[in-house]
This record gives sequence, C-alpha cells and structure tokens, in this order.
Amino acid sequence: MEQLVSALLIMIIGVLACAAYFYASNWLLDVLFPSKNKPADIVAKNIHITNTVRPWLFIGPALIALTFYLIYPVIESIRLSFLGRAGEEFVGFDNYAWLFSSDTFYQSFKNNMLWLIVVPTASTFFGLIIATMTDKIWWGNIAKSLIFMPMAISFIGASVIWKFIYDFRSGDDAQIGLLNAIVVFFGGEPQAWITVPFWNNLFLMIILIWIQTGFAMVILSAALRGIPSETIEAAVLDGANSIQIFFKIMVPQIWGTIAVVWTTITILVLKVFDIVLAMTNGQWGTQVLANEMFDWMFRGGGDFGRGAVVAIVIMVLVIPIMVWNIKDVNKEMEGR
Amino acid sequence: MMAVSSSRSSLMWVVHITVFILVVMWTVPTAGLFISSIRDKDQLSVSGWWTALSVSEQRLVARSEHPDKQVFSSDGRYEIRGNILEHQDSSITKFGSSSLRPDEFDVGVVAQLKGGKTLQVLENGDYIYSSPEQWKGKRGKRIFYTANIPPRFTLDNYREVLTSEGLAKSFINSLAVTIPATIIPILMAAFAAYALAWMKFPGRALIIAAVVGLLVVPLQMSLIPLLKTYNLIGEFFGVGSKGYIGIWLAHTGFGLPLAIYLLRNYIAGLPGEIIESARVDGANDFEIFSKIILPLSFPALASFAIFQFLWVWNDLLIAMVFLGNNEEQLVLTGRLRELLGSRGGNWEILTASAFVTIIIPLCVFFGLQRYLVRGLLSGSVK
Amino acid sequence: MADLKLTNVSKRYSNNVEVMRDINLDIKQGEFIVFVGPSGCGKSTLLRMISGLEDISGGTLEIDGEVVNDIPPALRGIAMVFQSYALYPHMTVYDNMAFSLRIAKLDQETIDHYVRKAADMLQLTEYLDRLPKALSGGQRQRVAIGRAIVRKPKVFLFDEPLSNLDAALRVATRMEIANLKESMPDSTMIYVTHDQVEAMTLADRIVLLSAGNIEQVGTPLELYSLPRNVFVAQFIGSPAMNILPATIYACGETTKVNVAGQTNITLPIKTDAGEKNKTAQFGIRPEDLQVSENGDYVISGNIEFVESLGESTLLYIKADGCSDLVTCKLQGILKFKKGDDVKLSASPEKMHLFDANGMNYREV
Repeated sequence: MEQLVSALLIMIIGVLACAAYFYASNWLLDVLFPSKNKPADIVAKNIHITNTVRPWLFIGPALIALTFYLIYPVIESIRLSFLGRAGEEFVGFDNYAWLFSSDTFYQSFKNNMLWLIVVPTASTFFGLIIATMTDKIWWGNIAKSLIFMPMAISFIGASVIWKFIYDFRSGDDAQIGLLNAIVVFFGGEPQAWITVPFWNNLFLMIILIWIQTGFAMVILSAALRGIPSETIEAAVLDGANSIQIFFKIMVPQIWGTIAVVWTTITILVLKVFDIVLAMTNGQWGTQVLANEMFDWMFRGGGDFGRGAVVAIVIMVLVIPIMVWNIKDVNKEMEGR
Repeated sequence: MMAVSSSRSSLMWVVHITVFILVVMWTVPTAGLFISSIRDKDQLSVSGWWTALSVSEQRLVARSEHPDKQVFSSDGRYEIRGNILEHQDSSITKFGSSSLRPDEFDVGVVAQLKGGKTLQVLENGDYIYSSPEQWKGKRGKRIFYTANIPPRFTLDNYREVLTSEGLAKSFINSLAVTIPATIIPILMAAFAAYALAWMKFPGRALIIAAVVGLLVVPLQMSLIPLLKTYNLIGEFFGVGSKGYIGIWLAHTGFGLPLAIYLLRNYIAGLPGEIIESARVDGANDFEIFSKIILPLSFPALASFAIFQFLWVWNDLLIAMVFLGNNEEQLVLTGRLRELLGSRGGNWEILTASAFVTIIIPLCVFFGLQRYLVRGLLSGSVK
Repeated sequence: MADLKLTNVSKRYSNNVEVMRDINLDIKQGEFIVFVGPSGCGKSTLLRMISGLEDISGGTLEIDGEVVNDIPPALRGIAMVFQSYALYPHMTVYDNMAFSLRIAKLDQETIDHYVRKAADMLQLTEYLDRLPKALSGGQRQRVAIGRAIVRKPKVFLFDEPLSNLDAALRVATRMEIANLKESMPDSTMIYVTHDQVEAMTLADRIVLLSAGNIEQVGTPLELYSLPRNVFVAQFIGSPAMNILPATIYACGETTKVNVAGQTNITLPIKTDAGEKNKTAQFGIRPEDLQVSENGDYVISGNIEFVESLGESTLLYIKADGCSDLVTCKLQGILKFKKGDDVKLSASPEKMHLFDANGMNYREV
C-alpha cells in the first residue's frame, strides 16, 4: 500500500513537472514581451521576438532529449569502439580486429542474417495471405483481432509461452509441451527443440513471426482496402481469375506498403534481444548481435569497447534503411 | 453460371477453413498458457494442458502413517491404517509397495508382501498395512499407487506468484515506470510536432529529417554511453544511478522520434484554415496549441499513447540496464526473466507469472484496438 | 473610419519567385470590394497579406492611415471568413463565436451579449449549443460570418466563402451577404472569388487580377462596358467576348477597320494617325451580335454548332479569316442548324477595339 502511494506520488510529480515547464515558459514569454495594449511599433517588435523564441520553447525539450539519448550516444559509441574495456585507454582498431577474428561474432552475424531473411519474409507473407482472406469472410474482423493479439504481448512473455510449447520431458514421462506431444502422437521421437543446432534458430524465429504477422496483416489489410475497386472490376471483366487478380492487379498496387512493412520488421529483427536471452541466452548456436552486445556490456564487469563495436555493426546494418527513409521524407516535404 | 458460383462457394470454404486453422495456430499458444496457469500444479507437471478437462491417470507415491500410530489388532498383527489420498474426488486403480513395480496390485486386493506383511489399498484411499512384527523406523512406509484424478482448477498459482514470488510489487513498479514514461514523451512530442508542422523557424527541415533518421537508430547504440553517463551523474549527485526518473527520461528519449513523427504527420494534416482562423481571432501559438490542436489531435495522441504504453510495459532491455535488480525497482518483465532462470521447471509459477505480465497489455489491446490500428496506419502507410 | 491603402505592395517567396508586383489600391470605408481573377492570379494571396497571414515582401499596407505591415492579424481590426469556414470542430456554435472574445479576455457578460446579438441577426440562436458537424453547409457559413461579426472588425475579409455550397444555396447566401453589407454600411468588405457572377452582383468595385497584377479596378458595369484590355474583356461576361483580327486603315475622330478581311467597319473611337495600317483586335460580345436583316454585317460564316438553351440560342460560327469560332448569343428559340450560312451585325457603340498589345483604344 505504502509502495502504491509513493509510486503514485512520484508519477504525479514527474508528469506535472513536465507540463509545468511548457506552461510556465510560455507564460513568461508573454509577460516579458506583451503584444496587447501597447504602441504599434513595440507590439511589432515583441511579436517578432516571441515568434522567434516560441518555436524553440516548444521543440527545446524534445531536441535536448533526442540529442542526449540518441545523437550523443551514437557519437560516443563510435569513440568507445576505439577504447579498451573500461572505456579509458586508446586501443586503436583492436576491438575491430577482435570482432572479425571472433567465432561468436561470425555466428551471431550469420544468425542475424538468417533472422533478417526469414522473419520479415514470413511475417509479410502470412500477413498478406491473412489480410486477403479475412477481407472476404464475415467473421474476418474477429479473426484479425485474434491474430493481431500477440502484438500486445512482451517478447519475454511470448518466450515463456513458446518455451512451454517447446518443453521436453525425457524418458517415458508424458510430454506437456504441445510440439512434442504432437510429435509423439504421430509416432515420432520427442526432442529438446531449442538445443537442436541450426533448427533451434527457426524455433526462436517462429516466436517473432507469431508476434509480427498481426502487424503486417493490419497494415496490408488497410492497403488492400485502399485499392480502387474499379481496377479489380476491370480485371474481372478482362477475364482474369482470382489468382491473377491477386498477383497482377492487387499486389503491384500495394508494393510500396509491402516495402514499408518489410523494412519496419527488418529494423525490429536487428534489435531482437529478449527472445534469445530468455530462450537460450545464445547457447546452442543461437547467438545474435543484440544479445552479444548486451553480453559484452555486463560480462565480467563489462567490456565497453567490444560492446560498442557490436552495437556499431547493428547500426551499420540499419543505415541503408535510414538513408532511404530520409530521402523519402525530403521528397515529401518538397512536394508541399 | 452455376459452375462459376459453385466453384466460388467451394473456394469460400477453403478460405473459411484456412483462416480458422491460422486463427487456431495463433491463439493456441496463449490459450495453453492461460489454461495451464489455472491448473493444479501436480496435474500441470504430468499432463498436457489440452487434457485439462479429462480425468488424468497419475502415478503417485505417498507415505503411510508414522509407526507410532500402529495398533495391535485382535488377530495378533500390528496394523497401520490411514488414507493416502489428498483429495477425496480421486480414485485409486492400482497400488504397489516397491518403486520397481508401483502398479503390481489391483485396488482392493490384499497384497502379500515379503516377511508376511500385507497391504490393502481401497479405491477411496483407505489402506491397511499389517505385519506380524512390530513396525519400526522413524518414517512411514512408502505406498505407490495409480489414481484417476478429475480435472482440478485453482487460483493458487496466482496467489503464490503475487505474494511469495513478488509479482504484486513488480506490478506496481511496472505501473510507476510505464505511466509517466507514456505521458511525458507525448507532451514533449506534441509541442515539438506542432512547432515542426505549423511554426516557421530556421532549421525546421533539418530537424524533421533528423527525427526520421533517428526513428531507426538501434537502442543498442545508446546503452553503453548512457550507462556511463548515468553512473557519472549518479556519482556527482551522490545518488544511485538507477531510478525511476532515469528510466522515464530514457523511455522518453527513445520514444520521441516515433512520437514526433506520428504526431507531426497528424497535426500537419489538420486544416490550415482552422489554425489561421484562430490566429486572426487573436490566439498566440500556445493558445492555438492548447485550445485547438490538442483537442483535435486526440485520436493521434491516443494511438501513440497505446504504442508507448505497450512498448514501455513490455520492455525488458531498458529496464535491465537502467533499473536496479531489487524489490523496489524490478518490473514485471525483469521479474519474469528472473523466474525463468530460477524456476525454469516450475511451469505453474511461470505460466501464472507470464499471464500476470501480459494481462494489462491484452486489456489495453482489446479495449483500444481501434486507436492502435489507426496509429499503426498513420505511421506506415504513405 | 476604415480606409485601406496599398502602396507598391509586392510578394516574393523564399525561392525568389515574385507572385505579386507593385499593387496599388485605395479602398474607402464602407466599400464592398471584390477581388476576382482566374485561379493562381494572386487574389487570395493579396487578401491574406491584408489579413496579416502572409508577410508583405515590399511596399506598405495602411489601415486608417497606420502602416500595419508588421502588426499581427488579430490587432489589425480585421475579421476573415474562410473558404472552408474553418469552424473549430470541437467547439459548439456559441464557443466558436465566443473564441476570439475569450482570447481578448472580455468579461463573460459582454461576450454573451455580443454572441447572442450576432446569433440573432443570423438566425442561429437555436443552434448555439450544436457542434459544427451537426449543421448544414449554409448554417456553417452563417456561423463563420457570425464569428467575424462579433469582433466588430473594421474590415471583413471573405475568401471564396460560397465555393463549398451547392448552386441553389449559393444564390441564397449571396443575397444574405448583400443584406449583411446593407445592414453594416460602415464596414469595409473585401471579397475574393473566381466567380464573375458573384463579383458582378456583390461588388461596389471589382479588382480584376491576373498573374500577380491588377488588370483593372472599377464598378462592375465599367468593367463590362469599358474593359481596359482584352484580358478584362474576355474575363468579364459569359460567353466570353469574341476577339477578331482587324487592320486599321483610317484614323481620326472615328476609326475605320477591316475585320477579318471580310468587312470594313467605322467605329466611334478616336485614334491617332500613327495607328494607321497597324493590326488591331476587334472585340464584340456574343450577346451584342444579331442576325443581319438589311445585308450589312460585321462577320459572316458557316454554323459549326448550335446550342439551344431555351431562353437563348448560342451559335458557334466558323468565319473566314478567324482562327477561333465566333460565338453569337441570340434571344429565344431559333431554328438554325449546322451548316447554315449566317451574316451577323452589331451596333457600332457596342464594338471594342484593342491594339496589338491588347489595350483598349477607348479612354478608360
């Protein structure tokens, strides 16, 4: 109870402090440079001042937070990648040299590439299939809602859910994991799935696909509904069958949206960490970059240099997407 | 025409069935978790959750009463009597006295054991263990039995995780982290988004491009430098480097690019004439923002609020880096990870804990799905 | 007192494109001025510069003798009715009208008085508690006007306020605006439209703009009967004035021209001797042409299309010497058909003559 009250109190203070900043700073600006009931030339001058200052009052806190939490760390990480364990002594390219000679890095990198190919593709594929089919049936919205649901579940919660499915009992004990129970039912040999090299990567990926398919489905479903129905009707009159309509008329029209979904999931995959940490912690050949980075950050008191190097690899992988996004938005702004 | 419509209706059946199978595949994992979390822990560990409603056959072991309780019966034997069943609704089918052959005898039979001892176990669990000599030893004898146990559901697992496993505390911690970490970035982002959409100042285009670029910067880049900086700040002020304010601000910083991007798109799409009209009516930018923009942006604010809420509540990485590992700071995701390590085989603990951690997001999800979908769309479809 | 004076006003965007050049305009208190012109001519930009929503790049804008270039919109004593009405969708009609008064921190009683008075005048009293989305287009329009009235502005600005209404409502609302003007004879009103009927019916004076320049300022009938140049002549009036190629062959108190190589016409227009033998443009409005009865004609040709509108008949004529079809508007239902030859005449007072640059030879 006491904890609840103190948590509540600290919450209210935090939020109010933020709101108070905006209110007070704007109030101060209007008091210092009033624009009402003053001679015209003073009004014009004050208006000019407030118009110059106010945007920065509005955007200032966000700018400071972005700088401190995202821009500065990127630069600092690059610097740290040239420093040693504690981030103090300069070691040149040692960390990079270590990285490229490290077996675990190659394994993580290879696994990450596998994740990058499988997860976005599978999620987008299932999302597109489900979006297309649910649009045709009367209970489609309920189906979509249920398939979308895993989006709300944390990676760690999802890991528990799936670990339970992959659970393995040795000997003659009844299998309580669904997957092994099915295998046994069909006469197969139960397995400790998450320890089977290579394939265990796929079992981990299934978790993320399970979560992300709903996202792909929702976006693609909206895009499909945005297709002008005249184009489909025209194709029907031209004699196309359902499959042809889907691949030749509908998919090309939502190509842009498919790309957006694909890149969004790609970015997420690069950062995947919780699932691997919870399921295997990188054992049995399932290590990925994000988990390896986390590992180096804390292992034996932490090796900041090596951690930073791994982080930079992740960063380099997202740069193409970043550049593409910025180009896109600049084009859009010029259009206005 | 007939051929076309019949092939269409058979196609529709395929669609119905396929979607049904997909829905089952997507919901069964969560359903299994939930069902398991309310099962009796003994049943949970020996049978799959899909058998939860059927009577399960379990092999169990119990001990007879302590030798102190033996009585000298009229026929000159030493007897120990009692009942081995914990729950009266179960029924025993087989029993045995040795772990090698636990189902040697059918229920009701008087089993002849070595040394002239006999053991009889009845269906309701009553047993008579008798011996020509006096019972010795400090403990009761083991009795192996096979019993049919009816399905049993219980909230005991939840009671246990909420109290002794400390999930109730973590629940409050999660709330204390999540609510401010949702509201603060919304406030900051809404002001920034308005400035970027409707105010003129130098560098505006550059800031917009930067925000879009930062959208995809991986968190991993930030962790080490921020951990160092937090430690320095903590040392400087002589306080711990891990605390609520730190994690609120961290979530704010990491959530801001998406928040600004979403809200700017929405606010820039509001009709410009309304804003000009307010300007002609004498409102300054702060008044326009608070009296016109905020009320009109409610749908976008709600969408982002849901995103951020889910993201913060479900986050593990930032919580592990910026919060301490103690009772006062461990949030639900962190607690679940600890349990996964320490109670790896206790599925009654894990399933109940997992369900506690996902219940709030699920409620938010089903209650506010409309806003969530709208937010996703405004962020992704151009 | 609310005179407006624009002196050498110009507008340049940051990419150095000049969209308005040297605008000079005097507007007297109580006038109803209409800015009209084709889309992109800068009429809305000019209105927005007067309102203060757009910066003025050069020149001065004076309201009541005071330069207001740097004064924010709210302090210029203007009110604006927007094309989309720009009602605040989350506020009731009452709150919409009270918004500016609340921003100005008037007391509740005064606000209530002004709002109710305006609502009464515009027959909005019973809708005061409604949100804009529960109103019809015409009612929304009236709320937008009411929002302007409560501020008691010196100058009302209207930015194409009727363009979102359907045709029937547009006529009714146009009359309401005319009535509004009558009930507030001291207020200056500036009204932007691309619709020349609105301009002709509402304006005391029309300002006709094209490509960032003022082409002509004058009363509606001045613009109709004495256009300064071909652009004005063709913009005002529907169907547009016919412009035929012509050559001047005699100058003086009257001018003799050859029209399209077909006929020689004497116009009651004075020209200098230097104009002789120059090419010119001969203008005649479709409604000023008649079928020739006595054999004299201005232009003859072969009918290409006939459009029967009931009250009038439009003939489109292919005439020798003219690249464009000549339009002729005749009253009533007439039995012409495609392929007929016709000869058209007109009274000399109705004829217009423009020089090669498009300027009218008559004094404007």
